[in-house]
Amino acid sequence: MHSKDNSYIHSVHVAGRIWNISVMLLLLAFPILLCVIFETLPDFAGLGKGLLATAPMYWAVSVIEVFTYVPMLGAGGSYVSFVAGTISNLKLPVALNALEQAGVSSSSEEGEVVSTISICVSSIVTTIIIILGVILIAPLSGVLDSPVLEPAFAQILPALFGGLGVVFISKNWKIAVAPCILMLILFIAVPALNAGTVGIMVPVGVLFTLGMTRLMYKKHMLD
Amino acid sequence: MQFNENAPILFVMVGIIVAAVLAQSVFFLIKAWRHGKKIGMDPKKLRRIARTAVVFTIAPAIAIVISVITLAKDLGVALPWLRLSVVGSLSYETIAASNAESGMGLVFGTVSSLTAKQYVTITLVMTISILVGIWLVPLVGEKVQKGMINIGNRDAKWGELLSSSMFIGMISAFIGYVFCDFAGVFGGDTTGLIPVLVFAVSAAVMGLAGFLVMKKPEWHWVSDYAIPLSMIAGMASAIPFTAWLG
Repeated sequence: MHSKDNSYIHSVHVAGRIWNISVMLLLLAFPILLCVIFETLPDFAGLGKGLLATAPMYWAVSVIEVFTYVPMLGAGGSYVSFVAGTISNLKLPVALNALEQAGVSSSSEEGEVVSTISICVSSIVTTIIIILGVILIAPLSGVLDSPVLEPAFAQILPALFGGLGVVFISKNWKIAVAPCILMLILFIAVPALNAGTVGIMVPVGVLFTLGMTRLMYKKHMLD
Repeated sequence: MQFNENAPILFVMVGIIVAAVLAQSVFFLIKAWRHGKKIGMDPKKLRRIARTAVVFTIAPAIAIVISVITLAKDLGVALPWLRLSVVGSLSYETIAASNAESGMGLVFGTVSSLTAKQYVTITLVMTISILVGIWLVPLVGEKVQKGMINIGNRDAKWGELLSSSMFIGMISAFIGYVFCDFAGVFGGDTTGLIPVLVFAVSAAVMGLAGFLVMKKPEWHWVSDYAIPLSMIAGMASAIPFTAWLG
């Protein structure tokens, strides 16, 4: 990107820092206010045990996610995604689809705009649908988690990545072959790899693909 | 004040936080939209991108509502609403809530009501565990992005390959995940075939959409909705596949 849009990107980072730190403070204020309003304190023993069992894994995964996803999401997309969540199974696919639709690269100035717009729209729509879901939770409970529809929502990731896979693998098949084979072997052969651990395998897939692509690029196999 | 998991004050507090998250998205949307127009991007193209993002998001967002319903059985509605609107996901929040409850001698999925002390403890475990991404992006985001731009400036071809490789690496992990229960098929458990068949249906619909657009260029609008369509087709196919193999 040239110097002119660096000022735009910098302004996005400045605004993003203010927004994310503000949301973080709001999130932390919630349990503190609960203590004040309901005149209670946390169960410190339970808190310690709960954090010990949860936090180290989440913190490690989050650090890896930041370094893996920020280059793909762009500046604006990163700040919104790391607040709104559901990155790998919604925000990133939405951005990927939008970049593909617009025919622009994620590292271009247009790519930054396209990725940010798609992620923000997705975040707004998700938030509104959840609000509607909360308002209508009583009538929706019987419908959305009904045994008839349950299989459809249980298979949302295969349904999403089938379409995305075709688009991106057909365009980049030379660099896609090795990581797809590796991941197929790993997921089929290692029982511990499942829905709960796929997030951890994303950085593994990214690093492996980067290594293989660099090797092929140096050997002029991608010319 | 008397505590219960669905006390109105909880909804007010969660509503304020969710409003802030919504405001952040609106802020960056307007900022990016204005900049897009400033650098000469066609507003029609921007509207198309926004429209596709709306269609794309509906099904996954409904899945998040189902997650709220699932977690609400243990935690009331307000806390799952917060956790699934800000950062969280069903798997993360279930593990965090389950660990927090287990730390207090409770069993997740069997709790009928919580005390204020238990509720605050669960909220703290969920919040503290998930905050890293929110503060780490402001800390390192600009440096990481500058690094990517510098690589692109030094070697444009490698810069492009680098972006493509990251996307492919992410997609490859999810393709592997689709096959995670496939080995069970050899032992007679056919449920592992369901995600594979759903994946195949979605891929086939996407392939068909690509073929249509290639053969009939005037149908280019199909490509805008091809991914959401393939996703819906895949999800719909899961119903008969599950009835058959599940």
